[in-house]
Amino acid sequence: MNLFILIQDVTFDKHAFFVIEVNCKKSGLIKFNLMLSSKVIGCFSKRKSFLANIYDPTSLSSLMLLVSQNHEMADGIYMTTGNLGQSKSQIHQPPTVNSLSPHRFMSNRHYSTLHTDSVTTNTQHKLLGYIPRYVKIVEVGPRDGLQNEKDIVPTSVKVELIKMLVDSGLQVVEATSFVSPKWVPQLADAKDVIEAIKSVSGARFPVLTPNLKGLEAALEAGVKEVAVFAAASESFSRSNINCSIDESLARYRDVTSAARKHSVPVRGYISCVVGCPMEGIVHPSKVAYVADELYKMGCDEISLGDTIGVGTPGTVIPMIEAVKNVVPLEKLAVHFHDTYGQALSNILVSLQMGISVVDSSVSGLGGCPYAKGATGNVATEDVVYMLNGLGVKTNIDLKRLMLAGDFIRKHLGRPTESKAAIALSKTLFCASKL
Amino acid sequence: MISQVIREVIDQLPTENYPPSSGDLSITTRQIFVIEIRNLSVYLTRFKMSSLEEPLGLDNLPSLSTIDLSRRFSSNRCSTSGEENGLGYCWIEGKTCGSFNSYKEDFKEYRREAFIWRHHKRENTRNDSENRFNSRHTTNLQQSSYCNDAGPRDLTNKIFKVMPSYVKIVEVGPRDGLQNEKNTVPTSVKIELIHRLISCGLSVVEATSFVSPKWVPQLADAKDVVEAVKNLEGARLPVLTPNLKGFEAAVAAGAKEIAVFASASESFSKANINCTIEESLARYHDIINASKKLDIPVRGYVSCVIGCPVEGTISPSKVAYVAKQLHDMGCMEISLGDTIGIGTPGTVIPMLEAVMEVVPVEKLAVHFHDTYGQSLPNILVSLQMGISVVDSSVAGLGGCPYAKGASGNVATEDVVYMLNGLGIKTNVDLRKLLQTGDFICKYLGRPSGSKIAVAYKM
Repeated sequence: MNLFILIQDVTFDKHAFFVIEVNCKKSGLIKFNLMLSSKVIGCFSKRKSFLANIYDPTSLSSLMLLVSQNHEMADGIYMTTGNLGQSKSQIHQPPTVNSLSPHRFMSNRHYSTLHTDSVTTNTQHKLLGYIPRYVKIVEVGPRDGLQNEKDIVPTSVKVELIKMLVDSGLQVVEATSFVSPKWVPQLADAKDVIEAIKSVSGARFPVLTPNLKGLEAALEAGVKEVAVFAAASESFSRSNINCSIDESLARYRDVTSAARKHSVPVRGYISCVVGCPMEGIVHPSKVAYVADELYKMGCDEISLGDTIGVGTPGTVIPMIEAVKNVVPLEKLAVHFHDTYGQALSNILVSLQMGISVVDSSVSGLGGCPYAKGATGNVATEDVVYMLNGLGVKTNIDLKRLMLAGDFIRKHLGRPTESKAAIALSKTLFCASKL
Repeated sequence: MISQVIREVIDQLPTENYPPSSGDLSITTRQIFVIEIRNLSVYLTRFKMSSLEEPLGLDNLPSLSTIDLSRRFSSNRCSTSGEENGLGYCWIEGKTCGSFNSYKEDFKEYRREAFIWRHHKRENTRNDSENRFNSRHTTNLQQSSYCNDAGPRDLTNKIFKVMPSYVKIVEVGPRDGLQNEKNTVPTSVKIELIHRLISCGLSVVEATSFVSPKWVPQLADAKDVVEAVKNLEGARLPVLTPNLKGFEAAVAAGAKEIAVFASASESFSKANINCTIEESLARYHDIINASKKLDIPVRGYVSCVIGCPVEGTISPSKVAYVAKQLHDMGCMEISLGDTIGIGTPGTVIPMLEAVMEVVPVEKLAVHFHDTYGQSLPNILVSLQMGISVVDSSVAGLGGCPYAKGASGNVATEDVVYMLNGLGIKTNVDLRKLLQTGDFICKYLGRPSGSKIAVAYKM
């Protein structure tokens, strides 16, 4: 039986060094070193070495390799690339075979259009043991992001953004919000946006509906999924939606039951789960109370939001522990803000606790409404970068995601907030001193 | 007048019987108030001390970190009911704060004159609570109430069991930071920066580097800087010495601690210091021998521990090899640096595992770059693995030399914020650190690389 390994979209200069890993059912992990130069393609394997045919190496678009018949069909392939310079002696050095091969996670230096869907996340270390194998990313850029931007973005740009986001592999993209344009003028074109994305397939498009009126407008527009927004802090609830927590929950009970009659799933958001701009620290029991109520009234997923970004793993963990006692872990999502730079570490501990849904916003759209100029949502590119590094599947193509981020940022005229996007677009493959 | 107010406050506070978490004995507690007057603002904090000196069901006690004091003593806020479980309010669970009401009137008249209450604006609430309690570290009070004390410490969650209780932060701003900034900073500003950093509570501040000014013009004034700061107390001031010549110059100037810089990647070593790894190690062997004779401790850096801009991924075994060599030679601490910032917890953990097999964990430090935004999660997993020394740079000084415009060092403010939230002591005063970051960034004419600094400014 022959195994074909397809390597796409590769360009290199005179020499290129590939390490190809194949995870075989029978033989375990096999690594191949493949050196390409303008003249020779060589392949060294653990068992046999052989030569493959030469193609035009200076601008390969695809290369087919034949692997020895000893190996069964692999589960999949993973590859990484690196430029070694011109020293020949290094080519013959096989990299150290290590049980926790770092190559497995090395998808981040050169973003690859092949997503790592076939790597068995053999997380042998106990710290990574509970991290889910697959994490669903809920993209809130078009709603939470644009809602908090100063400039109003035209409908066509919003629709194009949503299409590009779906193109990158995101399966849930929060499209817009049916609130009164008096409060949120940035999303006044909710109906038009929904109308325009009706034909886009491959993703779900929840919308925010703060009350029955919004729900009716949404259902009329053809929305298939809605979201409601409660707060864990009384003062924040009063100042943000002008009613107490219990009053808002009562309102959402009506919304949820009406939505369920139309078989429309509902997502519940809880804001201020760690800290409130007015009250300070929010006790986990309050969050658990609201989460319990939202779950009981029929929300299919509860997203826990650290609205002002003050959370750190020390406060996030007790909060999640309290909530998971009342809501099953698989129904929980985390929505951290990066105002204090803590979002990624908070996401990491949430994953370690078993959460498998993360909200984020492409290029970090959406500043913090409580600290002018400070950042708000965590950038999806940074989250995907970390998840790729952890070996967690996301089905997201980082390159296309960056394109979507670039697109909306060009339009807004402001630079991206995502560090991974900045670095990946500027990284020189060769060190500047060489 | 102020002391009279303080006396009144203390007199009015009752002793109450605090029901213990178990058993029938009621433990009498006296609340102890610490009143600090700093910068014309009065900060009041409350500690509970049990007469039996047993911890009192700390998971039920509220954390005191966001006591909104001005509102506490202002007219409308007084009663605590059971529902108001915002931790800042639950001083006495289930009781009304009648005691505070009674001197409400007295306080009003004193309020404007005797001291300036900080009226908390929405954005500044966090500011005050962080500042107030971070400076408490320096007084070594046992009950740290600023963080969620009932959180990581008492959690059964295994993740946090092995995290250290104290983390030493090695501040590399004046060296690693300024070395990678476009603009050169005058000697006086560098000295001022070092002074300020020490006053924040940082115990190790890397002062400068004795390299040829041809390579690093930003640090050409190494000698002057060291001579000016060599007698400063309260902190250690290591300097980088890439060769024997630099070492001798450092000793002549009065340096009391040095550092050497190896690489885990052969290509990077050749590109960066013009020699192979083995050659560099041999060079450092001489330096370390010379420094041992003078009783000067040496810190070893390993760069490119996750990835190299030339080679790509670096195998953990290579890192372990270099770290072991440095350790065996006599380095008292080895700092593992992710030079291009590509590491994520998935690659950091295997690397640390490999190194921890050959070097004891207490001698290891981590030096992550935030180029891809991954440094804080990387620091977090390093702490989970038992590392207790973290390198960082005030205001995230020092861009990435390999990705123009991208960020480099992780910002000390962000690290301290996370450590505070985890309940880990650092002895660093976050507020002073923010001011220091502000100072140097104003001078350099660039915005701060720390998100905390940006958030607090607003």
